[in-house]
Amino acid sequence: MTGLPAQVIPVFSGTECSPDDPLCWSWVTGNWSSVLAPALVQHVYITLIAVVAGLVISLAAALFAFSRDWFATGFGGLSTLLYTFPSLAFFIAFVPITGISLTTIEIGLTSYTLLLLFRNALTGLRTVPRNAIEAAEGMGLTPAQILFRIRFPLALPSIMAGVRVATVTVISLATVAAAVAPLGLGKPIFDAIHTLFDTELVATGILTILLALVADAVVLGIRWAVTPWLRAAR
Amino acid sequence: MTATPEPRTPDRPPADIVFDHVVKRYPGQETPAIDDLSLTVRAGETCCLVGPSGGGKTTAMKLVNRLIDFDSGDITIGGRSIRSVDVTSLRRDIGYVIQQVGLFPHMTIAANIAVIPNLLGWSGDRIRARTDELLDLVRLDRAFAKRYPAQLSGGQQQRVGLARALAVDPPVMLMDEPFGALDPITRTEIQDEFLNLESEIDKTVIFVTHDIDEAIKMGDRIAVLRQGGVLAQYGTADGLLAHPADDYVADFVGADRGLKRLSLRTMREIVAPDGLPDDGSGPSVDADASLRIGLSTLFAAGTDSVRVTDGDRVLGRVSLAQLQGAVSGSTV
Repeated sequence: MTGLPAQVIPVFSGTECSPDDPLCWSWVTGNWSSVLAPALVQHVYITLIAVVAGLVISLAAALFAFSRDWFATGFGGLSTLLYTFPSLAFFIAFVPITGISLTTIEIGLTSYTLLLLFRNALTGLRTVPRNAIEAAEGMGLTPAQILFRIRFPLALPSIMAGVRVATVTVISLATVAAAVAPLGLGKPIFDAIHTLFDTELVATGILTILLALVADAVVLGIRWAVTPWLRAAR
Repeated sequence: MTATPEPRTPDRPPADIVFDHVVKRYPGQETPAIDDLSLTVRAGETCCLVGPSGGGKTTAMKLVNRLIDFDSGDITIGGRSIRSVDVTSLRRDIGYVIQQVGLFPHMTIAANIAVIPNLLGWSGDRIRARTDELLDLVRLDRAFAKRYPAQLSGGQQQRVGLARALAVDPPVMLMDEPFGALDPITRTEIQDEFLNLESEIDKTVIFVTHDIDEAIKMGDRIAVLRQGGVLAQYGTADGLLAHPADDYVADFVGADRGLKRLSLRTMREIVAPDGLPDDGSGPSVDADASLRIGLSTLFAAGTDSVRVTDGDRVLGRVSLAQLQGAVSGSTV
């Protein structure tokens, strides 16, 4: 690796930083636009792709699985199996096929979201009030109309609960993925691990935590926006 | 009120519902759920299906919109077999009201009412006008349109359930214990309103209830089913109360059927202008009160006749003997 010397001597811009200082603010401000901000943007991007891809696959699978028990069992089993793989091993396993690339990371991350998102979507579709379905059938809605117009919107709270957990999980797992492809907030973390200088590690760690908190709040906001009936007060 | 750009939904004439030797058997059960049921619900009438649990009354109702399919015989609506029509369009032409209402919790009241109109491709203006019209009809404030079902009381929800069922002005309505989950006061109120509403909208209604008093109140005719889905008797409330076909029906309509008959007629019907002279004394009842109220008034006052009044006017007097005669079947 040609980048090795740069990792041994981390990018200092402020010389006043001591290696013993756990969080040297002048390093953070000096490296914000060159190191931290790009990594943060990348991390958001990685997370967004994984969660959206996972959601699209899971929703399609759940809608398909709703009236096909064999598929629900099969896809549920597959997503459980994927979830049990150790994450680092899973990322590395794809390197021979897709190389050291964003694709490799996304395959891994997306796979990890499937169990949460699929299970929650399917449970949501199945736990709709029985009398609403009976009324819908009696009124002359077709099974497809009942699925898309009644069951799907009523599953949104459950789906969004899955999205919440999946998003936070992906944010944390994506840092591990940097061990395979140097992208996102994982990269400064892995860079810093090899040095005596703590600020880069601590600052990136805090940034990751903040990102997870903000992302969680954003998902809650989306849930709020898509489920107006839940906040209608009596 | 502003004028609506589109005309109100044209009234669709009600249609006969005919059960013709219908049999329904559930697999694995020895006795049929519906056994050779034949009855005709005339266009514009309300037929109450009553009977014990397991008597097949809900099953009989659900055969009409094919939520349950029968094994043999036929059911026709307006002369057409329900099996000759696509099941989706059949159901869209039948208003369906159930006890638990089954409103869609994620949709506003307006959206709930508009489900079928939307699927039929009505314009936004027509849907809005129809929604307002229906909210007025079921006596709900138009402001409810924007609320969600969870914000409404049980009685209000069932009014929305009625409005939704009436959305496309179906010629036929099926109602499965629609007021069964409401408290007695709300129940009486909504029953009265539905009776009123039925006189405005001309529908053929099948109304399932386990409550014979509700059947007497709501039904033009009552079909009493017995265990095994056999029709025990079909007739008007008065007919059933006066001449129950057998001990089962007599038992079902209740030992107080003599008193129940009193509820079916008003004082106006039996007061004779040339009857007892009015001496200006004693208790009085309104002409539109039932004979039951008349009898109660008479008993409470301890007299043997009661004045019948219509506003300020005295129509005449009714005696205990006249009340007795009215329910014992003889002429007044």
